[in-house]
Amino acid sequence: MRKTVVATAFGLALAGITAHAVADGIDDPRRADYFKTFEGKTIAFVPVSMGIDLTEGWAAVMRSQADRLGMKLEVRDAHFSADAGAQAITSLISEKPDVIVVHNPDVQSYAKLLKRAEEAGIHVIQINMRSNYNSDVYVGADWIGIGEAEAQGVIDKCGAGTSGKVAVLQGQPTSGSDSGMMKGVENALAKHPEIKLVANVAGEWDATKAQSVISTVIQQNPDLCGVIGFWDVMDLGAAAAIKESGKPIVLVTSGGGEQMACDNVSKGVFEKEIAYQVMDQGRDLNDMITTVLESGLPAGKLKAVVYSPQLIISKDTLRPGLCWSASALKK
Amino acid sequence: MLGRIRSLAVSQEKIVLLIAVVLFVGFSVFLKGFLSSGNLVTLVRGVAILGILGVGMAIVVIGRGIDLTIVAIYAMSAAWTLQLASLGVSIPAALALGFLLALAAGVINGVLIAYLEIPALFCTLGMASLVYGFVHYALVPLQVVYLPASLNAISWIGGGFVFGAPTPILFFALISFLGFVFLRFTKPGRFIYAIGDNVLAARISGAPVRPIIVLQYGLSASIAYLAGMITATAVSSMNTNVTNSSLVADVILVVVLGGVGLSGGRGGVRNVIVGTLLIGILLNGMTIMNIEYTLQNVIRSLILLAAIVIDSIVNPRDEQTAQQGDI
Repeated sequence: MRKTVVATAFGLALAGITAHAVADGIDDPRRADYFKTFEGKTIAFVPVSMGIDLTEGWAAVMRSQADRLGMKLEVRDAHFSADAGAQAITSLISEKPDVIVVHNPDVQSYAKLLKRAEEAGIHVIQINMRSNYNSDVYVGADWIGIGEAEAQGVIDKCGAGTSGKVAVLQGQPTSGSDSGMMKGVENALAKHPEIKLVANVAGEWDATKAQSVISTVIQQNPDLCGVIGFWDVMDLGAAAAIKESGKPIVLVTSGGGEQMACDNVSKGVFEKEIAYQVMDQGRDLNDMITTVLESGLPAGKLKAVVYSPQLIISKDTLRPGLCWSASALKK
Repeated sequence: MLGRIRSLAVSQEKIVLLIAVVLFVGFSVFLKGFLSSGNLVTLVRGVAILGILGVGMAIVVIGRGIDLTIVAIYAMSAAWTLQLASLGVSIPAALALGFLLALAAGVINGVLIAYLEIPALFCTLGMASLVYGFVHYALVPLQVVYLPASLNAISWIGGGFVFGAPTPILFFALISFLGFVFLRFTKPGRFIYAIGDNVLAARISGAPVRPIIVLQYGLSASIAYLAGMITATAVSSMNTNVTNSSLVADVILVVVLGGVGLSGGRGGVRNVIVGTLLIGILLNGMTIMNIEYTLQNVIRSLILLAAIVIDSIVNPRDEQTAQQGDI
């Protein structure tokens, strides 16, 4: 009898607690502030050009957060012109958005302007292509690491029993991404004296030029074993040259992990792609946008770097949904 | 005076040919593997597209016009064809629509220049922006379009071989031959020379000046579309950003370098071939020597400047040779 009473009392007490918890939720004291911080803020995005998989991807992810938090995202398309980009940033400095997300065409062009923007109190976040000026945040690929991984991919295939001859296909050697990747390639090859770098050529980000120079390199080195390409879109040209030669040359590339990369890895056109995940970079951008706004720090104080993790796309890692589709974003 | 102009045209071509031969012999002697048949095929293959576009440009330039729209048409009409095919449109329909887009741009150029008498330089410059902007806005949203699997049936256009030769070379040969026959042996072809030489005299002599001008731009647009499809099928993609590159300047360069005067009425397809081969020999040789990219640009510009300087020393300009409206 006593036991029953105790049990009943315990049960009632428990029910009471539960009932209480159901009735009164616990408020998160920081929640209202969180939303208030972002309400009405303006984010300006200055890409090298819209219409390429990378920039469309970042913009789409940033837009969804901006819509969710009541911020405004403004895209100022530089359209492959450093002048147009510089003008866009100049006018933004007087318009005073809260954050500028900038995609630098090279390390030099925007450096002074970005400094001026931060002096004017605008947070500057650089994406994937950095400038000589270190602003609040750099979000993007670790180019040296990508170069090392790419070279390793070729080293794995061009060891003993092959000629060990490899070629590097750069985009534009003066760009920030290429100088980083080249450094990575040099780092990796320094440990493998059996691998010979027989050609270091540039395709100007253009598949047609890449096709032409890689054909010539193959003519000159008929026993070429591998090609290290610096951008998948351009490297399709190198792939065409390899196919035309009929030789089993390994092609390792890097890029934004768009569906095209997965298609070409599954077709065996690319041996491997070392990818920087554009969707994840977009997420990193979003997190850093909210961080600089929440921190309350003045512009130019944070100095954070967020390297994107590498995604290796190869026959081994291939699965549905690994890549993302730029054309689906446009629908 | 006509004889003077003709000898001048030959001289410029000869100078460029001489430089090309000197480079060719030099590379053959000093560069291992340059003279192999495989490399020579690669050499021509590398500049075939440039050459094809050059023939289209020459047809316009000989008639004293200029077509700055040619690269925009080349990129955008081919890109639209790929886009249509990836959306499920049948191959013949996609090809026909892409071609019609190219032709429409060319004919509009021609009509504006011939009937509204807008200077070709401004008209085609504006049209290049319009074609690029309109196609991006309305038809092809992304910068790079990939060749969809449904177009594998026509991938031979740029990626095939006939008798061991890559198809782009054969198309270059075919377009050059057709261009040569058209300019040399057909009535409209001869009218183009007459218009380029003196448009008023041509009109007084009864040449249908305006329709011929429309024909010129229509032809260059059609050739541009063919070149676009060769590129797209060869590298399985079309990067429309090529519109903003220096390709159009390179096309004008091979035309002018070979000796087709910008003042019109001079030169022919042979000059385009000579100019194209010089560029091809240079690019191929420098790639074999593994010359750094930036230095390659410097050397290329120096040799091209040298060709122009030698020409102006050998054939100084005076009021006899200079025409009004020279660019």
